[in-house]
Amino acid sequence: MARILDVTVEPARAAAIRRTRPADAGRILRQRPLMVLGGAILLAIGLLALLAPWIAPHDPTELNVIDRLRPPGGDYWLGTDAYGRDMLSRILYGGRVSLFVGVSVALLSTVIGLAIGVVAGYYRLADAIVMRFMDGLMAIPGILLAIALMALTKASLEVVVIAITIPEIPRVVRLVRAVVLSIREQTYVHAAITVGTRFHRLMLRHVLPNTVAPLVVQATYICASAVLIEAYLSFLGVGTPPEIPSWGNIIADGRLYVQIAFWQVLFPGVFLALMVLSINVLGDGLRDLLDPRLARRM
Amino acid sequence: MWAYVARRVLAIVPVMGVVAVVVFMLLHLSPGDPAAIIAGDQATSEDIAAIREKLGLDRPLALQFVGWVGRLLVGDLGSSIFMNRPVLMLIGERVEPTIALALATMVFAICLAIPMGVVAAWKAGSWIDQLIMTFAVLAFSLPVFLIGYGLVYGFALQWDLLPVQGFVSLRDDPRGFVTHLVMPTMTLGLVYTALLARMTRGTMLEILNEDYVRTARAKGLGRTRVLVIHALKNASVPIVTTIGIGVALLIGGVVVTESVFAIPGVGRLTIDAVLQRDYPVIQGVILVVSGIYVLINLVIDLTYSVLDPRIRY
Repeated sequence: MARILDVTVEPARAAAIRRTRPADAGRILRQRPLMVLGGAILLAIGLLALLAPWIAPHDPTELNVIDRLRPPGGDYWLGTDAYGRDMLSRILYGGRVSLFVGVSVALLSTVIGLAIGVVAGYYRLADAIVMRFMDGLMAIPGILLAIALMALTKASLEVVVIAITIPEIPRVVRLVRAVVLSIREQTYVHAAITVGTRFHRLMLRHVLPNTVAPLVVQATYICASAVLIEAYLSFLGVGTPPEIPSWGNIIADGRLYVQIAFWQVLFPGVFLALMVLSINVLGDGLRDLLDPRLARRM
Repeated sequence: MWAYVARRVLAIVPVMGVVAVVVFMLLHLSPGDPAAIIAGDQATSEDIAAIREKLGLDRPLALQFVGWVGRLLVGDLGSSIFMNRPVLMLIGERVEPTIALALATMVFAICLAIPMGVVAAWKAGSWIDQLIMTFAVLAFSLPVFLIGYGLVYGFALQWDLLPVQGFVSLRDDPRGFVTHLVMPTMTLGLVYTALLARMTRGTMLEILNEDYVRTARAKGLGRTRVLVIHALKNASVPIVTTIGIGVALLIGGVVVTESVFAIPGVGRLTIDAVLQRDYPVIQGVILVVSGIYVLINLVIDLTYSVLDPRIRY
């Protein structure tokens, strides 16, 4: 974990980096076309999802029995489902669910994991207890734990977010704890402690800045996996409530008609794959950018 | 040696202890009365009282936990609320398809991923490396059901080569067993292959930079010999460790794949249990699956400590 220290930047150097940033940014973007492409696709999907209420051609829940199972074309660009609902509108609205779940899970698990990780890394006594608990939590396969958590109460979007967040937390805690443990041994931290720096100031000035880079990368990967897991849970019937159009729900509805109306599985599936892929590519790019040494290992 | 084995085996006690606490608390963390949730919307207060008594929910929490762990230790995972049969027996009936799928996927992925990772590392930066890595990133992001239904559409519906879905027991019909397993294995295998290929490449890259690999090359050993005997052998510890940790991902994938192909495995059992809020079954499945996951990783660690003495120190 010592490699994470590479992102430690002295104040003077940080200022220098800040000054050269515009030029650097241009070079970075030219050198990483894939990352730019990933970011662009993600931005496009995000915008489509956010603007869904204004750009969707139909009401995503409007039933229209005469137009059921229409193939793509005409008034329905991506066809209709078994109830005659417009697929394009449903997919656009479904993007909102994925976006919401991905961003919420990434933020929540990072913030909670950061808080727990800092405490575990700093206080020896808490460390032993917290890490034992995290080891145990990690022994339960993530999707299985999320499925079980969904059984706790009536399904809603918030419950889905919580059920996906909990299994992701231990990985963040481990990462943050490792950073805190290595930072604690740095001379400048010893110096800061010696001159009587308070805990919260120590964390804010010295520890948190060092966790930012690895956490941003980790949060990106968590976002991708959360989007995928939400779709899996909904597909399995234990995720987002069926009346909300989410990509997993649309695919679950369409699976019965794969033979005669493949578009019901294909289109939401492609959107899902594109979104997850672009987040992952963005994550790989950020990792290379923020921590070149880590990049070589993967 | 034995001290290491003992230490490593003892280390799983707290891990499984935490798993047990989490699984136990699953039922008690639910907001509201667990007995009422299990009973459902149409239950009368007598139904709820009956369930409460049956599950011992009327006793103090600590007492419930001690009693529950005590029964676990003698292999009693409780009984399903809806099917009124022992959970262990229910899992036992569903275990064949799940294990068959998981094992087939693993073999498929290992056979594919290790050569891919080795070649990519050896030709690092070349077009073939980029091709393999593009595949790895792509396959890792593809949702299981997109691959699954894609294969079904092609191989089963269009060309009629393989059965659309379902599972046949090995004992009943070995041929049907294989044909029913081909598509699920490929579906799940692609995701797992992507993960392993990436890991193999990363580890091999590091090792190919080591001094002893340069020495082996310098003394004129053949390409295959250097790659397999010198590099891959040393890369195997992190690779096999990844395979072990990846089992968690595999289990999640198995649940989804079982659903795509209507395979009556442990995944189906879990989903049905969640939909009916059959808590003893949910708890039992999580305990057993997590236990198996922990054991697999224990066995991997111990095997390596025997084969590679460096690990013991």
